[in-house]
Amino acid sequence: MFKNLRITCDEATTICDKNQYGEATLLEKVKLNIHFIRCRICGVYSKQNVFLSKIYKNYSKECKEKKHCLTKEEKEDLKHKLKT
Amino acid sequence: MLQEKITLNTDKWIDNYADYLYNYAVSRVNNSDLAKDLVQDTFFAGLKSAKNFQGKSTERTWLVSILKRKVIDYYRKINSKKGQAEVRMNFYNDGENEGDWIEERVPQSWDNQSERDIENEELKEQIERCIDNLPEKYAMVFKMKTIQGFETEEICKELEITPSNLWVIVHRARTQLRKCMEDNWFNN
Repeated sequence: MFKNLRITCDEATTICDKNQYGEATLLEKVKLNIHFIRCRICGVYSKQNVFLSKIYKNYSKECKEKKHCLTKEEKEDLKHKLKT
Repeated sequence: MLQEKITLNTDKWIDNYADYLYNYAVSRVNNSDLAKDLVQDTFFAGLKSAKNFQGKSTERTWLVSILKRKVIDYYRKINSKKGQAEVRMNFYNDGENEGDWIEERVPQSWDNQSERDIENEELKEQIERCIDNLPEKYAMVFKMKTIQGFETEEICKELEITPSNLWVIVHRARTQLRKCMEDNWFNN
């Protein structure tokens, strides 16, 4: 039974990443925590991942507030191109 | 049924929809010039198939549906591109060590991990540089998921990929970004 719960570091960190978006399943989280018992490296990854998520979230907030516009010149240029 | 003849006024199209379409594109691809090209292609395609526009949706929705197609086409193109620069892997992908961390890629502890830095402008610039270093496909999916905050289902639908596919891409993007941030920020 426990054999099925064993996962590789690649799989563990994939779950860890998925978990950053709150989308890991219960079984995945169980597997991940079992993996942490014997793998210190993935534990480090996981801790740092939480911090990275915070940074990305803050960066994301700023990005989403930004409204992107084409310049007047770009629009005129586009109009011109469409007419020809 | 009487059908109104559709008269197209491309000047109006651009004034009315160019910014909207550009925002749509820029939040999906990791490159503003490319986003501009996609918008231009969309207008051209719209013009070409204007006679097929049946007025069932608004003009804007119709143009967005064309742009959506352009985004998928682009994603497919970068996804199938052969000879793409080899991605730096973090895990062994075969042999008895399969799935283990590659020794020189093992996460190191960080020297300067400070909560105070979160608002730091330079940190943001470094994140941008690291995202730009990712293979385009990874950058695109990572940004849609993490920066734009789209639902998994929505991204899968838009790019025609499966959720497990999405998570593998997000995972590869995040491990690579982590390494880039480690080398250039945390342990620099």
